Amino acid sequence: MTCKEAFQEISKYLDGELAEDFKHILEEHLCKCAHCKVVFDTTHKVIELYCDGKLFPMPDLVRTRLHEALRRKYREKAL
Amino acid sequence: MKLRSFSLHLYGESSEFWSARFGAIPVEPPFKMHYTSQVSPELNQLPGAQPARKDLAQAPETALEKSESDLVAAAKAGNNEAFDELVNRYEKKIYRLALRLTGNTEDAEDVLQETFLKAFEHLPDFRQDSRFYTWLVRIAVNEGLMKLRKRRSDKSEPLEDAVDDEGQVMPREFRDWKPNPEQQMSQEEMEQILLNAAQSLPASLRAVFFLRDVEELSTEETAEMLNLTTGAVKARLFRARLQLREELSKVFKESKP
Repeated sequence: MTCKEAFQEISKYLDGELAEDFKHILEEHLCKCAHCKVVFDTTHKVIELYCDGKLFPMPDLVRTRLHEALRRKYREKAL
Repeated sequence: MKLRSFSLHLYGESSEFWSARFGAIPVEPPFKMHYTSQVSPELNQLPGAQPARKDLAQAPETALEKSESDLVAAAKAGNNEAFDELVNRYEKKIYRLALRLTGNTEDAEDVLQETFLKAFEHLPDFRQDSRFYTWLVRIAVNEGLMKLRKRRSDKSEPLEDAVDDEGQVMPREFRDWKPNPEQQMSQEEMEQILLNAAQSLPASLRAVFFLRDVEELSTEETAEMLNLTTGAVKARLFRARLQLREELSKVFKESKP
């Protein structure tokens, strides 16, 4: 497997979509090629960072305004 | 021509460039793993890929989901308190999605409000053949993309149709990242870096990335939601991941090669 081929498969590998035999070929390549291993590790890290549930908290004021808007909507519907 | 220039701008190096580059890759058997804490131990124990995310789409129905069905049924019957409970349950997640998608707090708040107001308005049309949260995500993504389209018409947003699903995407940065970058900066700094990187993607790549990798929707759900083929979703997810990696590498890479 060349690096070029490995790059094209890293995304599928992360999603568990690679066939078993092809997975092993990619894994062997990742064990031998430092550059591809970096691409693999950092791509995985990208997903981890964006999935961090602590980031982007909703401010209290935003929540208050949302619920005020909903109250108005409920009243409109009741009329 | 637009497709071509987008591709060239990002990864437009010639095949000679790549073969020259790959030829220079040092391969020293036996390969010594350079492990950092940035990957899970399972991932370091190749073989055996561990998905970076849990696939909740495959999870069995839980008590929580049953309770959600009850709340939806009650809300449909006119119980506003039940709808409030659904809002309380998902408002933070929808806000985060809206902020990641639009990249600014003002648009995110608009998307949040529009999502729940429209959900309330159209609740009688919700057939409960999908999860309520997935339905909310669909509304939020539509609202978010509408915001971005409006911004695009103001000429500040990358063109959505400049995505070439066929073109090859290749990494350019091979330097490893500093370990645990999230522990080396404030939460606000990290949020801004992630938002800036996401904003560098065309909107349709951004939407695919957040739906698949963060909201954990399936390829099929994402395709249906964005009116794309499943092949296009896979191609765009791959492209989005690699492009975000390139952007974040500019900030997180080790100072020495």
